[in-house]
Amino acid sequence: MRVQGRGLIDRNTPVSFTFDGVAHEGFAGDTVASALLAGGVRLMGRSFKYHRPRGPLTAGSEEPNALVTIGRGAAADPNTRATVQEVFEGLEVSSQNRWPSLGFDLMSVNDLFAPFLAAGFYYKTFMWPRAFWEKLYEPVIRRAAGLGALSGQPNEDRYERAWAHCDVLVIGSGPAGLMAALTAARAGLDVILAEEDARMGGRCLAEREEVGGRPAHVWAGEVLAELGAMPNVRLMTRTTVTGAYDGGTYGALERVSHHLPATDPRRPRECFWRIAARRTILCAGALERPVAFRNNDRPGVMTAGAVRAYLNRWGVATGKSVAVFGNTDDAHRTARDLADAGVHVAALIDTREGVTGPAGIPTFSGSVVCNTGGGKALDSITIRRGGREDRIAADCLAISGGWNPTVHLTCHMNARPRWRDDILSFVPAPDAVPGMEAAGACNGAFSTAACLREGAEAALRVAEALGAKAAAPELPPAEDDPYRIAALWHVPGKGRAWLDFQNDVTVKDVHQAAVENFRSVEHMKRYTTQGMATDQGKNSNVAALAILADATGRGIPETGTTTFRPPYVPVSIAAMGAGAQGKGFAPQRLTTSHKATTERGAPMIEAGLWYRPSYFPAPGETTWRQSCDREVAMVRTAVGICDVSTLGKIDIQGPDAAAMLDFVYTNSFSTLAEGRVRYGLMLREDGHVMDDGTTARLGDQHFVMTTTTAAAGQVMKHLEFVHQCLRPDWDLSMISVTEQWAQFAVAGPKSRELLNGLLDQPIDDATWPFMSCGKIAVQGVEGRLFRISFSGEHAYEIAVPARFGDSLFRLLVARAEGMGGGLYGMEALNVLRIEKGHITHAEIHGRTTAFDIGMQRMVSQKKDCIGKTMSERPGLMDGGRERLVGLRPVGAVQQLIAGAHLFGMDDAPVRVNDQGYITSTCWSPTLGGTLALGFLKRGPERYGETVKMVDHVRGITAVCEVVNPVFFDPEGGRVRG
Amino acid sequence: MRITCPICGARDSREFSYRGAALALDRPDPDAGEDAWAEYVHLRENPAGVLRELWYHEAGCSAWIVVQRNTTTHEVLGAELAAEVAR
Repeated sequence: MRVQGRGLIDRNTPVSFTFDGVAHEGFAGDTVASALLAGGVRLMGRSFKYHRPRGPLTAGSEEPNALVTIGRGAAADPNTRATVQEVFEGLEVSSQNRWPSLGFDLMSVNDLFAPFLAAGFYYKTFMWPRAFWEKLYEPVIRRAAGLGALSGQPNEDRYERAWAHCDVLVIGSGPAGLMAALTAARAGLDVILAEEDARMGGRCLAEREEVGGRPAHVWAGEVLAELGAMPNVRLMTRTTVTGAYDGGTYGALERVSHHLPATDPRRPRECFWRIAARRTILCAGALERPVAFRNNDRPGVMTAGAVRAYLNRWGVATGKSVAVFGNTDDAHRTARDLADAGVHVAALIDTREGVTGPAGIPTFSGSVVCNTGGGKALDSITIRRGGREDRIAADCLAISGGWNPTVHLTCHMNARPRWRDDILSFVPAPDAVPGMEAAGACNGAFSTAACLREGAEAALRVAEALGAKAAAPELPPAEDDPYRIAALWHVPGKGRAWLDFQNDVTVKDVHQAAVENFRSVEHMKRYTTQGMATDQGKNSNVAALAILADATGRGIPETGTTTFRPPYVPVSIAAMGAGAQGKGFAPQRLTTSHKATTERGAPMIEAGLWYRPSYFPAPGETTWRQSCDREVAMVRTAVGICDVSTLGKIDIQGPDAAAMLDFVYTNSFSTLAEGRVRYGLMLREDGHVMDDGTTARLGDQHFVMTTTTAAAGQVMKHLEFVHQCLRPDWDLSMISVTEQWAQFAVAGPKSRELLNGLLDQPIDDATWPFMSCGKIAVQGVEGRLFRISFSGEHAYEIAVPARFGDSLFRLLVARAEGMGGGLYGMEALNVLRIEKGHITHAEIHGRTTAFDIGMQRMVSQKKDCIGKTMSERPGLMDGGRERLVGLRPVGAVQQLIAGAHLFGMDDAPVRVNDQGYITSTCWSPTLGGTLALGFLKRGPERYGETVKMVDHVRGITAVCEVVNPVFFDPEGGRVRG
Repeated sequence: MRITCPICGARDSREFSYRGAALALDRPDPDAGEDAWAEYVHLRENPAGVLRELWYHEAGCSAWIVVQRNTTTHEVLGAELAAEVAR
């Protein structure tokens, strides 16, 4: 219920929302948990394994119990912490992992079987029959256990990712963080202050202690006002820093609109930040740990700090009659705050002897709480002192086993935290993350005064390291009480004492792990699932390892912690992958002819990131083969147009450009005349073929190299490597101009006739012989013409600046169609090149050499080139290697399949008899049969032999004849025609 | 991880592509013999510690960079243009 006059909520702004369909009221500033608690709702979830009723344990992101689903349908967010989710008008909240309802959950029958379901139960039980695991056991277990479910529908919500840069990243905005940010910002440094909560201030918002003589939240507000007015400060609320990475890079999740109705579809739900910080000050505070005792998990049992936060920040009394159980002076504040607010404090139970509590509160020193009573909510507790047990009524129990500094981020780069006996906690190791300082409670300094001091001191050190002049700020007077903790991990006794609330791990489970020799803390974790839930054991890990240490007779430092890994809080895949779905994952590269191409209904296929037409269906054609056959015939008999702009184009200029080409190609380019084009073969340094293509010499010191579409990036990188790393003295420049030129193949016997109707100056065979190049103009637009051919026909490639691409393409197509020709796509292009035995990356796939593809003669003996030395190794020149051949089916089966293997006619088709494989196949309308290219042992020596193709995957066997890979026009007369 | 490109300044490592030890700079003569070539093409030290290695600022200025990096901590100790190192 609400307590009048308390809390930082806006009581003038009521907000209505629903929980499991029931209407509830809250105020602006409430979380779902605070609003439900104010309405007397304490049952908010069911546990993972036993389906035990649970209420909120905490008031922050470490919450293990109160997990709910927000929204519905595709936009539903499961496993949202009710302690973090802010209420807004119309918010729909539902409970999860219960059936049929939260109040009456049939699966809670699991709780009765608990004696059988202890740690290791699944491992020991569901072992046989083996096949049952996948089909029966796992699906059933998964259905019974679990958290919220995804809708299974595509998520249409927007998510974003972004970069931020700063001098100093301050993580957490409690007293330490505010002081650190203020000190650094006043020194003129660029500061990002990241706060997980919707409101900055940390524990200043949750405590009654004053800072600088005024309420702590007022002081925090003043500091924030100063920070907010500074141009060098960026305040980021609702932003959890989730991970520390190399080089001062941090991941951070900003919940941009989880607190708003989904009215603006442009607003992202979340933004995943990568923050590059020169220095970082971690002021992440501390998390309170509960105490393990029998039935310590009933709704109504909460950490003491959470009870204070609900009271002081949200004005909510978490019970009518509250008991407080703890082992530090800090716990006493809870009793004091409650009593001050007029809430009945039933008892203050302190494990330490001789402690006196605040006046007027029944205090039991040297005592423990050993059990609780109640059904779906707490109604009583049992206090044990010596041998005596007393039961008293209470509907809320605030427990505190001490505070754990939030060391997580300091461990993300492999550092292990250190144990401090005086506070019975782990603290960060010095220099755990390069460039990061820890200050305040996360560094084991628990008083407000110590936090303020450490924050300021860390900022002064950071400013000095960054060369900025910082003045030591005046520290406002604040509480500096001692902590005085006594060890308290669990209260011995019968029954189940819960450690990990979310995964239902008990003290007994940890003992069981130790008994079965899972003594390493990492083994214990995996055997019991301790700390493996969505909260990653933030409340329970330290207690669990203390109990393991005790059970194995070791100390806590010796036992050690499990490994803290990012992310600190769960991060949705949608946020991490923001911008990388669909086209964001693979951007589309479109040619200038894309529009004209798709207008004709051509199905597009991907070539790397490029999209190219597969074929151009003509009226009446129902299969791709019909279109492809027509397009091939068109090129062979008339003229075809094809966009070849996707091939890599690299402009190379300079006095040493020719030397560079000589060095990267196996053959010579320095001897190439201006206005001529040459085919070149490029090797990797290990002697295998990297890429091929033509290079044109446009001027004495000016070349344009073409690469295959797929290898354009790789070749550019290779050329830069060769130039910068191997030949830095050579004077040349290279740049990719792939996007700058639109280039179209004009191929077929009528290609020159077509061009002559288009070019400003007509061409003839004498001035433009095969493998020539030069400048041309089309209607005054200057371009380039290359007489080269991939189809084996008389052909050209015409290039114009990309802005004229669409226009030229349409002109070319219109003219071609008027001459009985037209467009051809990738399918026809492939058939045309197979008919000519031209290779692609299907053949130069990384394991083949110049020798293998019959081009060893292209490796010039007159000069060195990349890959030459290694290509001459005996094993790479061995005649027995698999070498390029053509294949044609000669038996009843006419189908040849790329990827199928080749065997001798009388050999069994098994691996040891393997003689090669097929790389490319097609139906050739020109030759009226199936053609294939492949690699066969001693291939060129075996023309005329028959071999057996076996496709083991499809179970197809075909007999083929080994032939010259140039099936069509082997003399090459047509290309010169 | 962040790498200081001598041309562009400190940039995220995702802008770069990797090519292993800077040994790749020391290309043997064609007649250096099989062992020298096998070592150049295939053999790389793999130290747990400081390594001189080559990175290419592919999504940046296209510079090849010799980076000194501690392979166990990812600490970048220095970066120079490969063209200057190779000269």
